[in-house]
Formats: sequence, C-alpha cells, structure tokens
Amino acid sequence: MLDVTELSRAYGQGPAAHLAIADVTFSVERGELLTIVGPSGCGKSTLLRCIGGLLAPTSGGVVLNGAPVTRVPDRLAVVLQDYSRSLYPWLSVADNVALPLRRTVKGRTARRAAAVAALETVGLADAARRHPWQLSGGMQQRVAIARALACDPVLLLMDEPFGSVDAQTREDLEDLVLAVRAERGITILLVTHDIDESVYVGDRVVVLTGGPGRIRAILRVSLPAPRDQIATRELPEFVHLRAEVSRLVRSGSQAQAQLAGD
Amino acid sequence: MSERKRAPRRLPSRRGGDSRRGSKPAERSEALARRKTQRAAAAAPPLGGGGRRGPKPAARQRGLGAKDTWRGGKHSWLSRWVVLACGVALWQLWAGHRHSAFFPPPSTIWSAMHQKWFNGPAGHLFLNSNATGNILPSLGRIGLGLAIVVAIGVPLGIAIGRSRVLMDYLDPLLQFFRSIPVVTAAPVFIALFKIGTQMEVATIVAGTIWPLLLNTIDGARSVDPVQVETARAFRYTAWVRLRWLIFPSTLPSIFTGLRLALSLSLILMVFSELVGSSNGIGYEMDQANSAFNLPDLWSALVLLGILGYLMNAILYLAERYVLAWHRASHG
Repeated sequence: MLDVTELSRAYGQGPAAHLAIADVTFSVERGELLTIVGPSGCGKSTLLRCIGGLLAPTSGGVVLNGAPVTRVPDRLAVVLQDYSRSLYPWLSVADNVALPLRRTVKGRTARRAAAVAALETVGLADAARRHPWQLSGGMQQRVAIARALACDPVLLLMDEPFGSVDAQTREDLEDLVLAVRAERGITILLVTHDIDESVYVGDRVVVLTGGPGRIRAILRVSLPAPRDQIATRELPEFVHLRAEVSRLVRSGSQAQAQLAGD
Repeated sequence: MSERKRAPRRLPSRRGGDSRRGSKPAERSEALARRKTQRAAAAAPPLGGGGRRGPKPAARQRGLGAKDTWRGGKHSWLSRWVVLACGVALWQLWAGHRHSAFFPPPSTIWSAMHQKWFNGPAGHLFLNSNATGNILPSLGRIGLGLAIVVAIGVPLGIAIGRSRVLMDYLDPLLQFFRSIPVVTAAPVFIALFKIGTQMEVATIVAGTIWPLLLNTIDGARSVDPVQVETARAFRYTAWVRLRWLIFPSTLPSIFTGLRLALSLSLILMVFSELVGSSNGIGYEMDQANSAFNLPDLWSALVLLGILGYLMNAILYLAERYVLAWHRASHG
C-alpha cells in the first residue's frame, strides 16, 4: 500500500547542502507495523515527514495506495514525540481530539461522540472534560493517539511516540498500539531509537545508518502474535533479533565515525 | 520587532545565589555552608524552567478553579491597603499643619470630590450630573478608542505576524511611526479632525495602537512550531487554524498589549481633553487650573488614579478568566 522509492532529502542548497537521507527504498503492506530504528540524527524523522507529506523530498518519491504523495494525504494521522506541545492547552481533551474532525464530520455532537469514542479506545473517557496540562505525560500521549485514531486513518505515522515517558508507561503504550492495530488493522510506521521497542512492536524492522540515513537492513520479526511484555522478551528469537539489530545499528554508526575520521 | 514590550510579571525568584559569588577568603567557611545549600537546591528540579516543554505537576494540581489573592503575592488583599491608608493619614497630618495651598489635605480633596461628583442620588451610584456629564464622556472616549484599536490591531497584528512578506515590507514603517511621540502629533490631529470627540479618539487610537499591534505581531510570530506542524499534519482548514490555533496562542500577548494600551489611553484621554474639549475629566482639570482651584485639580488626579486602578482590575479579571489555561499550563 505504501511504496517509498529512492527517497532522498537534503537541507540547504549547493555545496553547503546537508544530505539527511539518501536512496531509501522500501514498501509496506496493508495492516503491517513497520518500525524504523537507527542512531540519533540518522534522518528518521525526516523520512517520516517525507512519507507524511509534511516535507517535500529532494528526489525520489512516495506512493500511497497508488497515488503519489505531494501533500498530507487524506486518512493519514500522526503522533509526534512532543505530545505536550502538539496538544493545544486552551482546548479540553475532547476538543483536542475533535478538532481534526471539523473537516470530515458535520455537527458538533457527532464530533463530540467520535472524540469520546476514541478516548474510550485509549482508556481515557473520564478525562474528556479536562485539559491536557492536567494530565500526566503518558496520558497526554494517549490523548494524542486518540486524536490520531478519531480520524479513522489507514496509515498512522508515529515519530518516537514514547520517547519521553517512563518505562512502565512506555510498555503500556506499546501494548496499546499493538491492541489498536490488531483491532482496526491500521498500517503503522513507528520511528524509534529504542532497539527493544523496534523488535517488540514491529512486524519488520528497518535499520537506518546515519549521515546520510540509508537503509542498512530490513529484518522480519516472526515473534508469535499476541506479544507479551515479559514472555515475548525472554524468547530466544527476541534476544537474537535485538542483538542483531543492535549490531547493525552499532556497526553503522562505527562505519560513520570511521568515515568522519578519514 | 526585537523589542518585546512585556509588563513585568511576578515570578518566584529561582536563583537566590547570584550574590554568593566572589566571597572573600575570610568568609570561606560560611561560603562552604552556603554552597551546600546551593547544591541541594540544584538537585531539586528547576521551577518553571521547562517553559512550554514539560508538563508541570504543580500546575496540574492547581487546576482551573484555584483561588488566589488579587495579583497573587504572600500578603492578603486587605493588609496591602494598610500602607496606602497610613500614607493618606500622614499626608493629612502634615498638610493639616502646613496649610499649604499647593498640597491640600486629603480631607479637603475628598470634600471637593464629593461636592463635584459624588453628591448625587444613591440610585445613580452617588454620581451627580456633573460627574455623568464629564466622567462618562471621558470613559466613552477611552472605550471607543480601545475598541477601534482592538478592531484594527488584532487582525492586522496577526496578519503581519503570520506573513513573512507583510512583515518584511511593513516592519520599517511600523518602527518609524511608533517612534513618533503621539503627543507631538496633536496639532496634526487638531487640523485633521474637529476639536472634540473625533480628535480625542484619534489621539487615543494613534497612541495606543502600537503596544497592542507590536505585541500581537510578536505573539502571532511565536506560535509553537510543533503546534503548527500538528495543524498541518491533521490538515486543519485555514479558519480552524486561525480560530483554534493562532488566535488563542496569540491571546496572552494581546492581553499584554492591551494592558499597556489601557494605561496609555488614560494619559492620552486627559491630554487630548486638556488640548481641546468642552467636557471630560481633562477639561475639568483645565478649568480648575485656570481658576487656581487646587483642591479641584487634586480631586481630578485622585479620580484618575481610581479610574486607572479599576480599569486595570477589570482587565486583570477578564484576563484571568480568558487565559486560565495559560496561567495553569505555564505556571
């Protein structure tokens, strides 16, 4: 459903241009959860913004459901890392979730109902009337996820969504994403710098190397379906995969360091 | 547009340690002890230092309905008035002894005020016909002037703040015009408009538009980029962006500008009425001045003080209500 072909993106122009990602090619099947992992500064976020139509690629292209992406496509939703700033503090939680629906859903009550339903999915129906700043970080990120789900997306992009919450909350949110995916069959692209997370939630893991970001490897994760934070993580397959990804990320950044040294 | 006109905010001073540097050797042991407390303070999470970034537990707990004394602070509303009362009492004692024609005692000023404005019926809030004939026109001019300023300044400020092109073209113009002291432009306004309400409102508008406009521009420019990107990612329409992102995000700056404009409008109201008017507080002052009636002159000054205080209080309460989210989420 999603094809990324020889995608490159440079910042700046002429000799001073800095290439963030180069020749990235991969495709994603419907209903798949693809994780993209790599060292910090390897262009993960740039890649996600190009796919989401928020940033124009310098060369190459993105095709979603047969149509090239030139601007933000319909039925795409994003969850950014900076949840506390992506929610509007002057709106209640329900109004934040309902705001994107103004374009598609007619009627205040219908939007309100859709927002509350989305909040129920993430277990926050009680918080509808509260304001984002009255919630904890994990709860705010749940609201951001609810806002994305309320749009009924076919493709969900998540940019380091759990980067700034504590470990326990992070595990809960990972399981929430897996549950939502299983229930609705949404295609999800999740960018992370956490190797464990990339293996735990992913159907496939794309490993990027830094400066400029290129695909180092794409690994299939064949862990059994209902994943469990404890049981899954002690499977030999999980341990093996996480070591493999770790090695790839590390060797990538070492090669990069060597290059910089020369 | 680098100059930010911000009214001083009451922030809890986070750093008590600036004066601790450069201590003499003799004070070393004391300094050591101090450093320990400093380290302990450094270990604690910074207060309010996160700006817009992190959620703040304290703010979360405080919530919307928190009660606070007027303008915060440690001391109660009542006890802060004691200082004023003492000042008035001292003035009364001093002036009573001196019998100075220039500094009449507060009791004389009060009786002048009473006679001039406040001996009306209780149903009219004790205002007599002289008060309604002079105070209301003055307030009306301020109200009309500020209404025009908001109607022009807010849309224009948001347009300039959000448009690179407008900003580039209009910035030099704005910097030029705002540097002209409006008081010196009064002859131009007298020539342009008839003496009377037109000219007075024009003076108020010309003077108070700048703090509001410049603050609005500043606020509209500094809308959080993450919030803007969110709007883009969710394909908010232009109207939704304006109404639910840019306007609310600019509102704190609009209020800052409004607060400055309000105090300025009082000055300009009096000034324009001194220059040419047939009624109003400034006109009354001019009359009292010509008659060398100092109690009346003083009573007008006290009245202006009271009006300024009340207008500020009303704006403050409005701001508190409208910007409850801002207070709570930014601490």
